[in-house]
Amino acid sequence: MADKLRTQQELERLQTKYIGTGHPDTTSWEWKTNIHRDTYASLVGHPPLLSYIALAQNEPTTKVRAQLIRKMLQPVGPPPPREFEDIPMATAANK
Amino acid sequence: MKEGGEPVGEHRPTLKDGGDKENEEAGSTEAVNAGRKRKKRWDVVSTTTEDATAAAAPEPKKRSRWDQAPAIAVGGVEPKKRSSRWDQAPSATPVGNVGLATPMHPSQSAMLPTGFGTDAGRYSLSDEELDAMLPGEKEGYKVLEPPPGYAPTRAPAHKLVQTPAQATGFMMQDADSGRITGQQVPKEIPGVGELQFLKPEDMAYFGKLTDGADEENLSVDELKERKIMRLLLKVKNGTPPMRKTALRQLTDNARNFGAGPLFNQILPLLMEKTLEDQERHLLVKVIDRILYKLDDMVRPYVHKILVVIEPLLIDQDYYARVEGREIISNLSKAAGLATMISVMRPDIDHVDEYVRNTTARAFAVVASALGIPALLPFLQAVCRSKKSWQARHTGVKIVQQIPILMGCAVLPHLKRLVDCIGPNLNDEQTKVRTVTSLAIAALAEAANPYGIESFDDILNPLWTGARKQRGKGLAGFLKAVGYIIPLMDEDYANYYTSQIMEILLREFSSPDEEMKKVVLKVISQCAATDGVTAGYLKEHVLDEFFKNFWVRRMALDKRNYRQVVETTVDIGQKVGVSEILERVVGNLKDESEAYRKMTVETVEKIVASLGAADIGERLEERLIDGILHSFQEQSVEDIIMLNGFGSVVNALGTRCKPYLPQIVSTILWRLNNKSATVRQQAADLISRIAMVMKQCGEDALMGKLGIVLYEYLGEEYPEVLGSILGALRSIVTVVGISQMQPPIKDLLPRLTPILRNRHEKVQENTIDLVGRIADRGPESVNAREWMRICFELLDMLKAHKKGIRRAANNTFGFIAKAIGPQDVLATLLNNLRVQERQSRVNTAVAIGIVAETCAPFTVLPALMNEYRVPELNVQNGVLKSLSFLFEYIGEMAKDYVYAVTPLLEDALIDRDQVHRQTAASVVKHIALGVVGLGCEDAMVHLLNLLYPNLFETSPHVIDRIVEAIEGVRMAVGPGLVLNYVWAGLFHPARKVRTPYWRLYNDAYVQGADAMVPYYPNLIEDGIDRTELAIVL
Repeated sequence: MADKLRTQQELERLQTKYIGTGHPDTTSWEWKTNIHRDTYASLVGHPPLLSYIALAQNEPTTKVRAQLIRKMLQPVGPPPPREFEDIPMATAANK
Repeated sequence: MKEGGEPVGEHRPTLKDGGDKENEEAGSTEAVNAGRKRKKRWDVVSTTTEDATAAAAPEPKKRSRWDQAPAIAVGGVEPKKRSSRWDQAPSATPVGNVGLATPMHPSQSAMLPTGFGTDAGRYSLSDEELDAMLPGEKEGYKVLEPPPGYAPTRAPAHKLVQTPAQATGFMMQDADSGRITGQQVPKEIPGVGELQFLKPEDMAYFGKLTDGADEENLSVDELKERKIMRLLLKVKNGTPPMRKTALRQLTDNARNFGAGPLFNQILPLLMEKTLEDQERHLLVKVIDRILYKLDDMVRPYVHKILVVIEPLLIDQDYYARVEGREIISNLSKAAGLATMISVMRPDIDHVDEYVRNTTARAFAVVASALGIPALLPFLQAVCRSKKSWQARHTGVKIVQQIPILMGCAVLPHLKRLVDCIGPNLNDEQTKVRTVTSLAIAALAEAANPYGIESFDDILNPLWTGARKQRGKGLAGFLKAVGYIIPLMDEDYANYYTSQIMEILLREFSSPDEEMKKVVLKVISQCAATDGVTAGYLKEHVLDEFFKNFWVRRMALDKRNYRQVVETTVDIGQKVGVSEILERVVGNLKDESEAYRKMTVETVEKIVASLGAADIGERLEERLIDGILHSFQEQSVEDIIMLNGFGSVVNALGTRCKPYLPQIVSTILWRLNNKSATVRQQAADLISRIAMVMKQCGEDALMGKLGIVLYEYLGEEYPEVLGSILGALRSIVTVVGISQMQPPIKDLLPRLTPILRNRHEKVQENTIDLVGRIADRGPESVNAREWMRICFELLDMLKAHKKGIRRAANNTFGFIAKAIGPQDVLATLLNNLRVQERQSRVNTAVAIGIVAETCAPFTVLPALMNEYRVPELNVQNGVLKSLSFLFEYIGEMAKDYVYAVTPLLEDALIDRDQVHRQTAASVVKHIALGVVGLGCEDAMVHLLNLLYPNLFETSPHVIDRIVEAIEGVRMAVGPGLVLNYVWAGLFHPARKVRTPYWRLYNDAYVQGADAMVPYYPNLIEDGIDRTELAIVL
């Protein structure tokens, strides 16, 4: 019992520190969103990769960078309509 | 500190109870709360009478069940009086019937004396005992049935008579008597279940639950009362799970139960004298929790709660004080400042000093809970009260307690606090003036080293006041001065010190002990300040100081002794070593031993911190001479003498050379003494000065010492033997193995039998010595001798002390290096078969160490061969050894991965959980060792075997498995391992998802960036990350 409580607290602490971590109730949409955001963040964060893409697209790096960052906004579309009212609510409260 | 029985009314502004103790909480509570056993002034009034009657009437209380009526008749007056404790506890004035607003805690009343043989009388007789004692049916008697409708009285008053609250004192354990083991008191109470324990005293509170009343006929309030009672009993006496649920129910329903019914039951329990720490803690916890819930509903009960809790603030026990503070703090948060003030206001000028003292402390807690600014206006008003000096006294005392409680957190409000009490320095009452100076001292101490500007306004009154005061008042003022001076900058400190020094010098000769202590403290505080120069101290202070304080009489009282030594050392930091030593060195030859000891301690502390460079040739001679003299003359061997001698010799270094022969001959002579402690001390001294002897080039002398010590290895006292071994070790360390006298080949065989000694000190010192020899000069002894030592070492692996076990393990490594691993390994592998777990674990570690020192290929074949033994312990031991081995060898593992893989395959698919667990930890260490070294194929193979274990539920097993998978991830990269993870992240079963997400999270935390290229492609969803597919 106490053990469960502890793991729960640990998980919550982990999630405040690393947003991309998940738990058994994470929805596929949340996960995919995180994947995309992590990807764009990684591309933006590694200058060589950024110049590579910029070269390929024939655009200035600054512009590509701005594009990538803009894409982080709802990268996989809006959140799905809630089928089970309580579960997404609970996860939303966790965040 | 002071004797009991003093009249209450007398003012005692003394520093004895006002000075030191009010600033040091522990001290104060000790003094105050000793009242539990000794009488103190506050309990004199009410307890003397009670005491006498109580002492007179323990007898009639016996067997009250049988002779109820006579019992009450005999003790007619008395039970009524004593019953007040439980009946009235929750009311505002429980015990002290003098009409106090805040009465005293019942525990303050004196103990009831017990006569011999009355112990048994505390318990009523059982039916069997009565049958044995009284004539039975054969003689024509019979036991009458109780008449219908009869119910035994359960009134608390009656219960009390049955169980006098007295549980201390020696009691013979009687195995036959079930009464003592608690058979008499039912362990189970209806509706509560099995309790951990139930004390007879508890029946006074919870007896109601056993009366078997029909719950259906009870009113709602009665039911509620019983419900609370049951829950409290569960919390107080129940098992941890019971306690937890009961506590939760109490908390959740707190507002339904209401503050009244709850506190009416909890508070009397807290007043119970026999309450154990644990029970008190639990009750405090209950109060804490329900306070949160009740919030403002608690207001009407604030006073009742305070009455019970305030005495905790001055309890002897630290934790009791902390818990008291916690409750009052929560109470003030729940009830609010206004309520707290209005409730405690009457107690501020209470006639009883005890009440005022606790009230002041409680107010300080309120201030720390609600913030000092909130309380300040009130404090200002109280400190200026015209009505009574008691109020002003309490007000100042609150200000004194606040910094004691909060430390440097007072800094933001320092100015206002000081201003608040500043005018009281000139109060007409001595007591108020004294406590004000103490409060200022406390504030300055808490503020150190900041905040001098806050004290600006009171500097003048303080310094001029110090000139006017005499006696106790002066001591307080000086104390305040002493704490303020360190806050000042150089110039001011210098000026103010010279201003106050005149008074200090005058008070040097004061006969008052308390004054002496304060003066010494102030002198050391002044001496430590930058502004006070060495020249000033030499010129004005030193002569007087030594004249008045370096006298034999000071050495006799422990506290004076300490204070004088401390002050002298502090002055010494300023004026230098020789200045002090010149003055005290003569005392080393004094006839009083205590005085010599005091001198040695001072010399030791000064020389240890400042070195001996300052000491002239003549002084050096006198010093060594004196130290030798006092060392030889000691009648009780004291560590102080040893430390002093050691420090002086080490500080002088090579300058000791001329004296070494004399020192050594003293040691030799004392090594031969018939008293064990003298021998031990002499041996200890050798360890301290061995280094200096080497520096002085006295190898011949050391050889001589070595031989003598060697001869004394037959010593029978283990403490002495340990010291002798320690001395030998330090000699071996400084002279080196090859120069050692006696030669190692003679020494080591003598040590082998000593290894069998069970004494910890002996074990530790021998193993250290043996280990050192094995490390530095193993060739001086033949292999057979080392093997013998190996066998002895196995026993050392069972030692309780970790240091010994570690030393033994390291020694295995050294020996294996010296004589080759085969024989050592055989010994260790055999030891894997023993029963004891500790021994096996240590053997496993030792094997790991041997493998590390002698290269793994010498160990692994034998180890893996051992795994074929069809015995659980052995196989596990082998796995454990492998785990340590791979942990120690790190990257070397890459050459052995393929060799051990088949073994690990077998272990990872074993039925036994522990097998798989240990194998997993082996995999982890291998994997971490071979990161980037190209053993991916083997790692993936092991991962395939590991993966099915992911659904283990035992915490140890699953932790090891997950760690191993993480290790493999490090070795083969996240992409491959994550391919295993995708499968389960969105599995329909939560049991599957949980461990998979754990793996995912671990991977994410350790390398989110590295995971980017390996996420599944989401082409089917139309949300592919096209940027990753760009190829130029």
